[in-house]
Amino acid sequence: MGATDEIERIYRAEYGRVVASLVRRFGDIDVAEDAAAEALLAAVERWPVHGVPPNPGGWLTTTAGNRAIDRLRRESHRGAKHRAALLVMDDTPHEPTGVVTDDRLRLVFTCCHPALAPEAQVALTLRLLGGLTVAEIAQAFLVPETTMAQRLTRAKRKIREARIPYRVPAAEDLPARLSAVLAVVYLIHNEGYLASGAGAPVRAELTGEAIRLGRLLHDLLPESPEVAGLLALMLLSEARRPVRVAGGELVPLPDQDRGGWDRDLIAEGHALVRECLARSDRTGIGPGQYQLLAAVNAVHTDAPTTADTDWAQIAALYAQLEAVAPSPIVTLNRAVAVAELDGPEVALAMVDRLPLAAYHAWHVTRAEMLRRLGRSDEARTAYDAAIELAGNEAERAYLTRRRGTLRAP
Amino acid sequence: MTQYLLSVHHVEGEPMPETMEEMQPIFEAVDRFNDKLRAEGAWVFAGGLHPISSATTVDATGEKPIVTDGPFAESKEWLGGFWVIEAPDLDAALRWATEGSRACAGKVEVRPFQDEPPADEPA
Repeated sequence: MGATDEIERIYRAEYGRVVASLVRRFGDIDVAEDAAAEALLAAVERWPVHGVPPNPGGWLTTTAGNRAIDRLRRESHRGAKHRAALLVMDDTPHEPTGVVTDDRLRLVFTCCHPALAPEAQVALTLRLLGGLTVAEIAQAFLVPETTMAQRLTRAKRKIREARIPYRVPAAEDLPARLSAVLAVVYLIHNEGYLASGAGAPVRAELTGEAIRLGRLLHDLLPESPEVAGLLALMLLSEARRPVRVAGGELVPLPDQDRGGWDRDLIAEGHALVRECLARSDRTGIGPGQYQLLAAVNAVHTDAPTTADTDWAQIAALYAQLEAVAPSPIVTLNRAVAVAELDGPEVALAMVDRLPLAAYHAWHVTRAEMLRRLGRSDEARTAYDAAIELAGNEAERAYLTRRRGTLRAP
Repeated sequence: MTQYLLSVHHVEGEPMPETMEEMQPIFEAVDRFNDKLRAEGAWVFAGGLHPISSATTVDATGEKPIVTDGPFAESKEWLGGFWVIEAPDLDAALRWATEGSRACAGKVEVRPFQDEPPADEPA
């Protein structure tokens, strides 16, 4: 690895911490971002000559802080914003107070504030906590870079003008606000897990980034069951990534090469799920949606073959999920387990009642059930609808081949 | 502290309380909410407006002021009333807006006022 790559890697890894600390000190995201960028330039000049300092994150934070102060002093006679930043400048080192142990935790709640549009929450989180460049985020969500830059600028302006606070929410607001943060991380993960648009069907850079954010949240809030649940869910999905696409086709769970699953990630995910179950037993608080989804994934990844899958357990978990977070998509997933337990006819009756005609997975599920019932013509029509609605090429390729194995019309 | 405008809009065609029996509980809830704003030092100003049919528009951007009957633009929605409050940040303003929305039984839009220009430096 070249010196520049090494600096880039460290900078990416430390970016969230550096920016979060600067936002706290200067009360302004733009000031923080500019200073972090200047610190990178200083590192690029200095580190190849003098070597990487023993605590590169600390060096970047100190350097960025000094640059920010220099700049604010230089510009204080000009901008009211900078004068304001100097006035609110908070030089106290951050200390753990209650659940606040890290500036990044405050920043993630600012980025995922419900007063910001969901796509802005995602972009801000990837930019400020993940350290992705605007170009990288734009590419990940298939929008022009100027569009993404405007989205970020608008969101930051709203944070400043409306005074969206830089703070971990009060205890009574925390559950709702945390679920907004988890929704953002899960959205990033899902977009990587099965991309909705053209291009690569699976985007490892997005699933990887979501897991990095999930690990960060788990470090910051180790006692939060849903944070652990979301991390476990993402790890267990990621474990299957290497064999989810083969030869340009999506490979569904029953057909995946289980020897290709990442055993380390599975072990880590299972340990988290066990931790969640033990905590739930201890506290008497039932598991939330992410823990239940993680448990479903744990059951799947625990089965040596598809036939060995404990479908009763999966049906029971989805039934619990229907109680916690009801949605037709959850019922659709329960129907898949019911098909294995009670046969496709019972399951199809469940599926047909769901208002999901715009959702490609509904058509896929119907197609598979109709196939098993020998209703080939109806299965073909369902595959047609699924192919029409599928977002990416790998899924279309798989469904087209599947449709091709039906008896000729 | 920042000042926020909490505004309540009427939308054409949406049902509105009309009889005294319907309005009385809302008036009382809004009074209680206003008292709470005052007690907690968040109150700046508030008021309800007469229907949009009472509006008059003045345009003095030209040479002579032009006075016309009606709102400045035909619209399906119009301002029905508002509060101006003082709050430390948006979270606090949103909490007040939640209570205000419950009290007046309508949607509440929250907007921050621009910062006041800096006070004159002493000579």
